Amino acid sequence: MGRFAPLLPELILSIGGTILMMVAAFTGRRGSGTVSWLAVVLLLAATVALIGAPSHSGPIFDGFVAGDLFASFGKAIMFPSAAVAIIAAQGWFERDHEHSSEYSVLIVFSAVGMSVMVSATSLVALYVGLELTSLASYVLASYRRTDERSAEAGLKYFVLGALASGILLYGISLLYGFTGTMSFNGISAAFGRGAPSLGLLFGLVFVLAGLAFKASAVPFHMWTPDVYEGAPTPVTAFFASAPKAAAVLLATRLCLEALGPATDAWRQIVIFAALASVFLGAIAAYGQTNIKRLLAYSSINNVGFALTGLAAGGARGASAVLFYMTVYIIMTLGAFLCVMWMRDEEGRPVEDIASLSGLAQTRPGFAAAIAIFMFSLAGIPPLFGFWPKLLVFQAAVASGYVALAVAAIVGTVVGAYYYLKIIKVMYMDEPAAPYSRPREPVQGLLILLAAVIVSPLGYLLIGPLGSLTDKAAGSLF
Amino acid sequence: MSGLPLLSLLIVVPLLAGVLCLFVKAPGARWIALVGTLIDFAISLYIWAQYDPDGAQWQFVEKMPLEGGVNWALGIDGIALMLIVLTAFLMPICIGASWRAIEKRVPEYMAYFMLMEALIMGSFAAQDLFLFYIFFEGGLIPMYFIIGIWGGAERIKASYKFFLYTLFGSVLMLIAMLYMADKAGTTSIPALMAFDFPKEAQTFLFLAFLASFAVKLPMWPVHTWLPDAHVQAPTAGSVILAGVLLKLGGYGFIRFSLPMFPDGSLQFLPLMFVLSGIAVVYTSLVALVQRDMKKLVAYSSVAHMAFVTFGLFAMNRQGIEGAMLVMLGHGLVSGALFLCVGVVYDRLHTREIDRYGGLSDNMPGYALLFMIFTMASVGLPATSNFVGEFLSLVGTYRASSWAAIVATTGIILGAAYMLWLYWRICFGTQRNADAAAMPDLSMREWWLLGPIALAVFWMGIYPESFLRPMRNDVGRLMVRLERVAPAGDSRLTLGKGATHMDHGAMH
Repeated sequence: MGRFAPLLPELILSIGGTILMMVAAFTGRRGSGTVSWLAVVLLLAATVALIGAPSHSGPIFDGFVAGDLFASFGKAIMFPSAAVAIIAAQGWFERDHEHSSEYSVLIVFSAVGMSVMVSATSLVALYVGLELTSLASYVLASYRRTDERSAEAGLKYFVLGALASGILLYGISLLYGFTGTMSFNGISAAFGRGAPSLGLLFGLVFVLAGLAFKASAVPFHMWTPDVYEGAPTPVTAFFASAPKAAAVLLATRLCLEALGPATDAWRQIVIFAALASVFLGAIAAYGQTNIKRLLAYSSINNVGFALTGLAAGGARGASAVLFYMTVYIIMTLGAFLCVMWMRDEEGRPVEDIASLSGLAQTRPGFAAAIAIFMFSLAGIPPLFGFWPKLLVFQAAVASGYVALAVAAIVGTVVGAYYYLKIIKVMYMDEPAAPYSRPREPVQGLLILLAAVIVSPLGYLLIGPLGSLTDKAAGSLF
Repeated sequence: MSGLPLLSLLIVVPLLAGVLCLFVKAPGARWIALVGTLIDFAISLYIWAQYDPDGAQWQFVEKMPLEGGVNWALGIDGIALMLIVLTAFLMPICIGASWRAIEKRVPEYMAYFMLMEALIMGSFAAQDLFLFYIFFEGGLIPMYFIIGIWGGAERIKASYKFFLYTLFGSVLMLIAMLYMADKAGTTSIPALMAFDFPKEAQTFLFLAFLASFAVKLPMWPVHTWLPDAHVQAPTAGSVILAGVLLKLGGYGFIRFSLPMFPDGSLQFLPLMFVLSGIAVVYTSLVALVQRDMKKLVAYSSVAHMAFVTFGLFAMNRQGIEGAMLVMLGHGLVSGALFLCVGVVYDRLHTREIDRYGGLSDNMPGYALLFMIFTMASVGLPATSNFVGEFLSLVGTYRASSWAAIVATTGIILGAAYMLWLYWRICFGTQRNADAAAMPDLSMREWWLLGPIALAVFWMGIYPESFLRPMRNDVGRLMVRLERVAPAGDSRLTLGKGATHMDHGAMH
């Protein structure tokens, strides 16, 4: 039994998820509330189970997955954000006849997949975790069956995702073929034996391309705006937070652990993806009128900054990536929770940026929360969103990539424009038709909590969070 | 020295007042803001009184590590002290200027002003590189709202332009800061002021900081955001923009560029002089043809700020002290001029110069005060700007006589556009009946402009009160710059009589 102790969080989620699926099957729509809350409890229990030695005591199953602090840290930020996605859906699907308990179950299974992703130290585990997450995600994207946009989103995501998985698998097969091993350590040793062969380089490029798709980094971002716009908003919130963090963390571990000796080979790819994401995310967002599409481009932009930290490499870069993704998840979830509260008088969701017009005069608190998230996503001090950006640039400068840092930071100025546009609409335009007032205290509390964390008060977190990310990043080396 | 964390109080008081403003109605918000700014002014005066000009370089030091690379480190020298007092002095006046002019969304407006005051105080008091950056950049947010919500017809464009221009300037500085922190292994500003960066690195560091401060100050050719922002901003917004926010640029040069990168400064000295020279002549000529009062004053700001850069990069005592006095004097005078524009704008709702005329007949009090500030802006002896501009020109002359010749034409052109403005507004025939019917200054407006007029004379007649706290700090800067200061072509020989050093020692 001792062998399974490190897997306690995953066990809780898998077994609990299966039981919930049974409950869901037998109670139908009536049980959806109960199942949701039980799923939240499961996710929180899994988070609590991360505390303590077993979950980061060392390699598990002969190096198939790692039980280290890096993985635990990743899980600790992903499980709660999955829980938030479940809570957020509660109020949102209320009027919808299609909401059923499967939603929560799918998210729980997706969380299992993500936790395998961040702890994978073998290409097989990597692929299994990634596919588990993806399959759950495809279903979630088309969750509103009768809505055309949702169906389109699911289909698009599935087709493109399958293609990306194919590319990834091809890369994995090349890596396996040329090294004869699936484990990260073995691959690292193979790369360390001298200049990598052409086959290895091909494998590396294909694997990174597959991961870039999952993290929606340029040039594999094309699906993001359409899927984010089409999927139901709580699902979009989920996509933009946990799975994205899982993909970035997985890429970090793969690059630093398995491909460590081949840093020169992957660094130029990551630098390109980072800068391309930063600028494409910033420029393409200009013309958007739909807030979900805009946030989709914002998420592409943000992945670019996280990848900047990865390009910097080393423990410092990895720590910056972890810090960045943590704060990014909080800002994004907060922003999407606000988007979910944009509903007209009849309670139908509104996604037009123009509908935010004059919000500061009709709902000052709500507008202030959105403004905080926008300024924070733009990385303007004194909001906390500035600090992770600073850490990422610091890592880049410290490892001698000053030009990269300069280019990326110019990207923040380009991107600042569209965040400012939302604030301008809310604060400087005349009030539009008011939204209906939601009666959802839990969601309100979550928005408040997220807003407080990214407000200047967040700087108090730098110490504890920073030392945690440093330790987590240190466990990779 | 008292045990109270006075500098933190200086930041926290307006912040609290700002939060309070949000929870009350318009009249309450006005009073809370006024009381908050007055308390801050009182604290700043107390700090000035307690400041020991011969004491340690950094006084009222507070330090609280936040871990992870940033410290809540505050402390001031004489230079920061004077700018803090200037800010605290102008803030209650800004609130007073908005008392009636702002009618919509008053609590929010006051809250942004309070937030702005807190952030500006923080920028001047910060002793940690990143803390400074956070305060410095944070100031953009409230100003963006003030211009964008309460501004004129073109306010949206102006607010974007202001925000993105300044942001672009600052981000390059952030990268330079990261490099410095990495290289020197510390983020403490006093430690960095004594750190010698490699010569090659200084070139790039200087340019990165220049990008930020040149936009902020502003210097030609990156000044174009300023006229737009000024024209669109509400009166109080213009006052704080011209009076204090521009000073952050000059402060940046004194605090960072000169002491941290002396070699870089020397290297770019010709560039700085050329840019300043163009600014003086070009923006003065532009000011001459403006039809909008506010735009004219805005362009005159750019021209005056060129005296600051001239003085600073002369790298001698007169130049630097003169630059500081120009900053303080310009803070008062341009603030007052914007208030004067605001006074007539509130009555007639136009800033077009041609709509006014002969105001000295129906508004004698206004004409008197406007005259004082016009003369101060021109640099008439006994007013604040004379001392600053004179010292700055003397310093420039010692560094380069050609630069001084160009700079001096600015004084002549300045006299031309300011006196012509005054003539067109206050003298001549009364062409428009509505302008002729405007009532004279109200009690409130007297209270706004009167104290500034007194301060202008004080600084002009006895500048020693303002120079004394800065003297030792300028001296320390001189030591740092000794090696690189330009020799100059004026071949001045110091006689045996009282030198400037003796002059300083007499007091």
